[in-house]
Amino acid sequence: MIDLDLSQLNLRSVNERLQATLPGANEQSYRVLHPNGCHALAVGLTQPIEVKVEGHVGFYCAGMNQAASVEVAGHAGPGLAENMMSGEVRISGNASQSAGASGHGGLLVVEGDAASRCGISMKGIDIVVGGSIGHFGAFMAQSGRLVVCGDAGAGLGDSIYEATVFVRGEVEGLGADCVEKEMTPDHLKALAALLGQAGMDAKAASFRRYGSARKLYNFDIDHAGAY
Amino acid sequence: MCGIVGFFTKTPVYQPRLGACLSAMLIEMTDRGPDSAGVAVYRNPGRRGGTKLSLFSPVEGYDWSTLGSDLTVHVGHVSSLEVRASHAVLDVAAEFSAVKDWLAAHHPEVRVMSAGTHIEIFKEKGLPGLVAGRFRFDEFAGTHALGHTRMATESAVTTEHSHPFSTGLDLCLVHNGSLSNHNRLRRRLERESIEFQTDNDSEVASGYLTWRLSQGASLDEALEAAIADLDGFYTFAVGTKEGFAVLRDPIACKHAVLAETDDWVAMATEYRSIAVLPGAEDARIWEPAPGRIYSWAHA
Repeated sequence: MIDLDLSQLNLRSVNERLQATLPGANEQSYRVLHPNGCHALAVGLTQPIEVKVEGHVGFYCAGMNQAASVEVAGHAGPGLAENMMSGEVRISGNASQSAGASGHGGLLVVEGDAASRCGISMKGIDIVVGGSIGHFGAFMAQSGRLVVCGDAGAGLGDSIYEATVFVRGEVEGLGADCVEKEMTPDHLKALAALLGQAGMDAKAASFRRYGSARKLYNFDIDHAGAY
Repeated sequence: MCGIVGFFTKTPVYQPRLGACLSAMLIEMTDRGPDSAGVAVYRNPGRRGGTKLSLFSPVEGYDWSTLGSDLTVHVGHVSSLEVRASHAVLDVAAEFSAVKDWLAAHHPEVRVMSAGTHIEIFKEKGLPGLVAGRFRFDEFAGTHALGHTRMATESAVTTEHSHPFSTGLDLCLVHNGSLSNHNRLRRRLERESIEFQTDNDSEVASGYLTWRLSQGASLDEALEAAIADLDGFYTFAVGTKEGFAVLRDPIACKHAVLAETDDWVAMATEYRSIAVLPGAEDARIWEPAPGRIYSWAHA
């Protein structure tokens, strides 16, 4: 494991080092020290390397991740794993707003709480939150799964497309066109597998499923008078 | 985009280093606000019954000592006068309204930045590091302080448009965000005899709090009412004689982080500004929930 200390190195050189790791190179794992809330750490990684960050990170950590596994021992600022394509991002603390925003794939695990707009416009990513999420979780979420082991804030799944939301705790309120749906055996099986992959000790049967009522997909002539 | 920082000492341990801690936090927020910077510091309580004023003059080498002598002759005894760059802090043995009226009549070129018994406000154009150096923020000892770095989005870059804004005796406001109904609200407040120095949106928020407080509301009540009456997005930090309060708009457009140890409470727009504080690595850190008022005060 190679140590990269941000109290000695600048952020750009650390990111360049991580991004430049070639497939088959001897060292495929890194430890990043003293992040001190810096922004855009470990972004744009395209190889299946391991990055462990010790400390709190700022905005947009692990953005655009592809194939890499990024673990943060600490909290994260807004935009964690934004637009992730694949790989895994795991954070031991809390994530600020818009965690996993517009992610296309891979797995994002927030072991603590995630703030507002978690999974906004997600497009295939799986997000598993050990704690609770703030308001407007899965806002305009298109595909993928958002799993919340705690509670969800107001406006959950507002204007949701075909993403699936699972919540174990209380839902403060559902957003426009988001409804509770039946939990079929297939859903239970898939959710149990995802919880296992995320390392969450939670029973799939204790969750409820939410998704789109699909009433906003087409213009409704009955509403013409409103425009 | 702007940066807000606040530092509140729970014990006397960090009181001698208040300014040093706040300066370090402020400078971390330089890329969020390179246009201007300012600090409100609560320290050196003035004499009972008197008024401590922070005054600003754009004139280099302004003759503050003559102003102080004139104040002593015409309004009340000036027991101390400390000049820091373009600002001066004076203790005057008189009610604020008397000092304010006399200054408006005889020295309209001088701006009152703050008034009270504990508060001092210093703010200027320029990079936060330069502003902090000019006013020697790192020398300040005191109980608590707020700071702001400004990236102007809706009105001019001047000293007057900089934060913190005074919202009454020993009160001030710093704001990150922007308000969309500030013109209408300013007209409404002007009819209630609230005065404004600029066309800035944040000054309207400060005027709003001034008005609510003058109607007898508590600070928490004034902030609760602000949630209903201010349209826009914001994180506010409000300084009071005893401490400070933090409020984010109900949809949480703007960031904020809070941190607490046994010795201090800190708030900042980003964690970077907290990371520079002594003991930050062991602090309890959380994001304030939207629409909820958080406050700390010395008994």
